[in-house]
Amino acid sequence: MSKFTINRRSLLKGTAAVGVGLATPTIFSSKSWAAGYTNEPKGGTVTFGFNVPQTGAYADEGADELRAYELAVEHINGGGDGGMLNTFSSKALKGDGVNGKKVVFVTGDTQTKSDAARASAKRMIEKDGAVMITGGSSSGVAIAVQGLCQDAGVIFMAGLTHSNDTTGKDKRANGFRHFFNTEMSGAALAPVLKNAFGTDRTAYHLTADYTWGWSQEGSIKKYTEQLGWKTAAAVRTPLGAGDFSQYITPVLNSGADVLVLNHYGRDMVNSLTAAVQFGLRDKQVNGKDFAIVVPLYSRLMAQGAGENVKGIFGSTNWHWSLQDEGSKAFVKSFGQKYGFPPSQAAHTCYCQALLYADACQRAGTFMPSGVGAALEGFKFDGLGNGPTEYRAEDHQCFKDVLVVKGKENPTSKFDVLEVVEVTPRSQVEYPASMLGGELGPYNNGG
Amino acid sequence: MDAILLQILNGLDKGGAYALIALGLTIIFGTLGVVNFAHGALFMLGAFCAVSIKAVLGLEKVTLDPTQTTAWGTPLEIRQPYVEAWFGDLGATLLEYSVPVSILIAIPVMLLIGIIMERGLIRYFYKRPHAEQILVTFGLAIVLQEIVKSIFGANPIPQPAPDSMQGMVDFGAFLGHEAGNVVYPIWRMTYFLFSLGVIGLVFAFLQFTTFGMVVRAGMADRETVGLLGIDIDRRFTIVFGIAAIVAGLAGVMYTPILSPDYHMGMDFLVLSFVVVVVGGMGSLGGAVLAGFMLGILQSFASMNEVKEIIPGIDQIIIYLIAVVILLVRPRGLMGRKGVMEG
Repeated sequence: MSKFTINRRSLLKGTAAVGVGLATPTIFSSKSWAAGYTNEPKGGTVTFGFNVPQTGAYADEGADELRAYELAVEHINGGGDGGMLNTFSSKALKGDGVNGKKVVFVTGDTQTKSDAARASAKRMIEKDGAVMITGGSSSGVAIAVQGLCQDAGVIFMAGLTHSNDTTGKDKRANGFRHFFNTEMSGAALAPVLKNAFGTDRTAYHLTADYTWGWSQEGSIKKYTEQLGWKTAAAVRTPLGAGDFSQYITPVLNSGADVLVLNHYGRDMVNSLTAAVQFGLRDKQVNGKDFAIVVPLYSRLMAQGAGENVKGIFGSTNWHWSLQDEGSKAFVKSFGQKYGFPPSQAAHTCYCQALLYADACQRAGTFMPSGVGAALEGFKFDGLGNGPTEYRAEDHQCFKDVLVVKGKENPTSKFDVLEVVEVTPRSQVEYPASMLGGELGPYNNGG
Repeated sequence: MDAILLQILNGLDKGGAYALIALGLTIIFGTLGVVNFAHGALFMLGAFCAVSIKAVLGLEKVTLDPTQTTAWGTPLEIRQPYVEAWFGDLGATLLEYSVPVSILIAIPVMLLIGIIMERGLIRYFYKRPHAEQILVTFGLAIVLQEIVKSIFGANPIPQPAPDSMQGMVDFGAFLGHEAGNVVYPIWRMTYFLFSLGVIGLVFAFLQFTTFGMVVRAGMADRETVGLLGIDIDRRFTIVFGIAAIVAGLAGVMYTPILSPDYHMGMDFLVLSFVVVVVGGMGSLGGAVLAGFMLGILQSFASMNEVKEIIPGIDQIIIYLIAVVILLVRPRGLMGRKGVMEG
């Protein structure tokens, strides 16, 4: 019979072994790295990770994104009325899940903070086994999470992110964006602005001082100056400035006859409210009616600005009043389930969930490189934006862009915007090399 | 010249809000010795009093019209506010003037909130270190704003001023400048005058009433007032309620200027503390003076001409002024000796 003895040497060896085990990053010992690719689903389910702002200033938009994701999962698994699966040009999904597996989901709270968003995405990948991360309401967050997903070896299907950088200088092979960007907003808005206000105009920009604001300002300046407009000033404003009156008053005597508000969310509501209070919407300068432009509109946010949005031009990715079959199917499903129409954030998130599931089904795998290959160059229709293509070179969707205007006589609190122009895809396309960046290779993790 | 006049005007309404919040903070600090980081939340609660009153006045009678459907296929809802259905034009006027009407409701509501806050939580921290007071009141502020968010959502909620007060005052024409060059919204001017009125009332109350005299005596020497047989604690509770009313009214009237959301109190809190420190801890006059001064300076710092010389100055001007004032006058502009000194 052997005798169990502990001497100094074996104690040291044992302690070292335990220490190495404990010191190994959990990411390597968790189930996320235990298969052929990160979080390869083995059972009867596959897990999607929905990373949306559940707290903070964009919590309402995040809640709408989450509603859309839940609806998408329901439709993918064969529940409900099928929504846009019925109008989607690809018929790969049959309403029985993806690749024979039922879709389940976990959620994270981005708080619209890059650190928090990365932490929640990391948790969903490492602890919950999410094979794909999607969602968000900010470009800063999208770029941060996209980088994390690239490193972790999972696909990132971006939510609401409008900065050029997401699929420009910060693009990654594992990242895909359905939402449009500031370059497309500029290209779509310019002809409408020319028709409405002419070519002899002087613009004054107020710009949110972060990646999306700079991107938006650059695009609108580029396209309006091509029209012949001059730029009187481009003033950077801090995020969350609250009352913008001190930035609005210099506009009054600047000689400018157009104010461009490169603000989103709460800042857009506050800066537009201040501009209207100071009479800019009714002012005459240089013998012309003063104009205000909000390049990126969100119907949810426009509701916060109330009557101030009336007659103000902007662009949007999608609007619930569209009459194509896809939009009608989505509005019907969403409206019957929740009692109100979906936002553009909800629409893009629903589309992203469907597009990912469809790509997995067509590829027959959840491996990022396989799914990516199925998405690259994928042409589809029936998801509310007309014929659309996921461009292979930068993983950016190209489709028609909506130019909208604040409605003069809304019939309900949801009816605040009207579509004034559907700018065709051909007018908003640009070479992939224009915005810089490199996709690099796919990372399958594993 | 026009730009300078505009920025002075611009600083007045912002300064009015800072002064009102700082005044309440100073009253509470001067009487109770409490550093109340939940004071911004009282400003926010005042704003949401206005939101609530408008929501109540706007309660709608909903009838379904089966002949029309929504985009998602359900019968169209025809909505009419009860107040309009019952009172006709008077009801419509009440709805339009919901913000001024809210002042009447906000006074008792904020008084009650202030008393509950003081009796329920703050009084247990009178003798605790300031750091603990800050932590507990800051925690309370977060709880209050999360409650508001859970009820009203995270998006700003528009609260327009009455139609008759949505125009502009043309100061340019009045001062002999070109018409239309120095204009200022009527509601913002109203806010400035309102803040002056409230400040005047608070000062008159403290200066010319027996209650105010006792409170001022308590601020100077709480122990001696107690020895004279006066229940100073009860009076200080009411003082807390008054400070809550002042912050709440500032919030109610600010709603047409800034669409209220759950976070608006935090936006004002830090700035208002700087105002209190610059004005001098415990000095009511200092708080008011510093409120207007910093409001105007903040406006000037946002001028393009100034930002071209010192980029980013608009974001740090208030803190820069605070540093300079505290270096030159360590007790603030009108600070009293012995307050917060050991």
